[in-house]
Amino acid sequence: MKIHEYQGKQLFQKYGIPTPKGFPVFQASEAEGIAKKLIDETKIPVVVVKAQIHAGGRGKGGGVKVVKGGPAEAKAVAGKLMGMQLITHQTGPEGQKVQRLYIEQGLDIARELYLSLVVDREARRVVLMASTEGGMEIETVAEHTPEKILTEHIDPVTGLAPYQARKLAYALEIGKGAPSPKDTVNEFVKLVMKLGELFDKEDCSLCEINPLVVTKDGKVVALDAKVTFDDNAAGRHREWAELMDKAEEDPVELEAHDAGLSYVSLDGDIGCLVNGAGLAMSTMDIIKHEGGNPANFLDVGGGATKDQVKKAFSMILSSSKVKGIFVNIFGGIMKCDVIAEGVVAATKELGLKVPLVVRLEGTNVELGKQILKDSGLAIQAADTMSDGAKKIVAAVRAA
Amino acid sequence: MAILIDKNTKVLFSGITGSAGSFHARQCIAYGTQVVAGVTPNRGGERFEAEGPDGKKVIVPVFDTVAEAVKQTGADTSCIFVPPLGAADSILEAFDAELKLVVCITEGIPVMDMVRVRRIIEGRKTKLIGPNCPGVITPGACKIGIMPGHIHRVGKYGVVSKSGTLTYEAVGQLTALGMGQSTCVGIGGDPVAGMDFVDVLKMFNDDPDTEGVIMIGEIGGNAEERGAEYIGKYMKKPVAGFIAGTTAPPGKRMGHAGAIISGGKGTAKDKIAALEAAGVRVAPTPSDMGTTLRSLLKS
Repeated sequence: MKIHEYQGKQLFQKYGIPTPKGFPVFQASEAEGIAKKLIDETKIPVVVVKAQIHAGGRGKGGGVKVVKGGPAEAKAVAGKLMGMQLITHQTGPEGQKVQRLYIEQGLDIARELYLSLVVDREARRVVLMASTEGGMEIETVAEHTPEKILTEHIDPVTGLAPYQARKLAYALEIGKGAPSPKDTVNEFVKLVMKLGELFDKEDCSLCEINPLVVTKDGKVVALDAKVTFDDNAAGRHREWAELMDKAEEDPVELEAHDAGLSYVSLDGDIGCLVNGAGLAMSTMDIIKHEGGNPANFLDVGGGATKDQVKKAFSMILSSSKVKGIFVNIFGGIMKCDVIAEGVVAATKELGLKVPLVVRLEGTNVELGKQILKDSGLAIQAADTMSDGAKKIVAAVRAA
Repeated sequence: MAILIDKNTKVLFSGITGSAGSFHARQCIAYGTQVVAGVTPNRGGERFEAEGPDGKKVIVPVFDTVAEAVKQTGADTSCIFVPPLGAADSILEAFDAELKLVVCITEGIPVMDMVRVRRIIEGRKTKLIGPNCPGVITPGACKIGIMPGHIHRVGKYGVVSKSGTLTYEAVGQLTALGMGQSTCVGIGGDPVAGMDFVDVLKMFNDDPDTEGVIMIGEIGGNAEERGAEYIGKYMKKPVAGFIAGTTAPPGKRMGHAGAIISGGKGTAKDKIAALEAAGVRVAPTPSDMGTTLRSLLKS
């Protein structure tokens, strides 16, 4: 689960990680007052207005504006940003609507660095990464100048050790040019240690500060905050529900998630209902292989009830882009009759206006086939995945 | 002899009194697995009733702790059906009892829990399969997990897979072709887990009862690439492969926690290329896994 920059910074503040002073605004009209307050409190005439969307690349996309003309200009800038469709390399061509802004104080920046914590699945450890190339995308740095990325793997038994943070501090020459290099090193080490603690306690899967800045007076400050939580840990973080911004989520994926289904929207026209993630993915693959285009990834899981299957099938039926449906089930724990009952119940309510191909295999397969047969629905039966994919692609073409 | 488990394997079920645990314990017992104990804290002393393959009643004693279950019954393998937030603790409890094998079925364990587990079990003799996996089966001898037993046949082909239903798909195809299985291992689709492709491939390589292997991977991570490297260097037996997710969009988690292409890494294309370079014949579609392995045997 992703959260906004301002929420990430609020979390940082809770752990004592320095951030610029700032406030979120939900109406453009609030911007003037907030900007005035920031300028009065910090005695710095510059504020930054930042669009809050989950996607990265906001600066390049025009979603971050430095305002030097005081509160009135901040208001004007906020007015332009709020409600705009912000397009970045991560949003896709349609962009993401800006509905929240974050206004923070400007800083006198001496250096921009990169710092992050992420699970390194190959090492089976959390890895701390730092680079002198602040502001750049880490993937780009990794590709072109991998030697500029410094890494420290964290032993989960001891947690991040101060010596590891010190190693990075000296390798980055964090104190270079600072009024008091020693203090800047110490501040950096403190910040890194706190970020390590936050990552662990808050069940993060990513904490990225890009850029982490050293100000001209030698302070180390998180200018950005990208925090992603591990969805699997939601059960021990009730507070996450409040941090979720539903406007940032695909409404269909959200609906599926709430129903306990795993769903990803794709841009094709063949709806898929499958049990198991691997089978669901390869159902998409085989449709493509046969010349069709999948409309979605949908895994109803192993223990779905009739109601969940009904919900899943209803979601596919009610999608306007779906021109044909392929149900592909290899029942293990999932019983074929449960799938059949769910499919029939959904079509009774919504009707079936597109071709439907069903391939059932495994537990209670005969019972499942009987239920479908008795329903009187116009269903094409398939013996194998390959057979089913061929049939649905042909049916959609013919329609 | 197959790998990992056989007819002498004595299994304890952690979470045997839960709904999933009790259902699958019954299925395993009906298959003929020796389920000798159940473990649920505060339920010690209860008796779990099920039916064996011959229809005879089987009584499984329930214990409060794994240590007590092992002491009383001689269980050497654990199958875990504990809810996600308690599952890591159950894995550690099973390791503490020095079992031979721990199979964790639970889906949705927080990744940091598994990072800690992996660190603590480093260097231990006990093997871990999963989590978020269908389990392991040696057909005709022992089934530990949630796979449908009836699709399997006794034979000499191994299957190792990150995906449950794709394993069933492969097994169904093998069985239809008259090719039975030595052992089928679901290693699960989590980013941080127990045994990986290399660990299982090594065992199949050394197993005189296994004459060929189907390896099923998916997008995300580089376990498939490491498996390919092992195969290229050491594998003496034919391997057919399949990788799910050729059409998966980047940055989207495809069901399994680990099935995600991030930063351009972990694509199906790279994995297929690595496998082919190592001499693995990769099935063009998931419907061809069985025939692809068979084609390797003939050639």
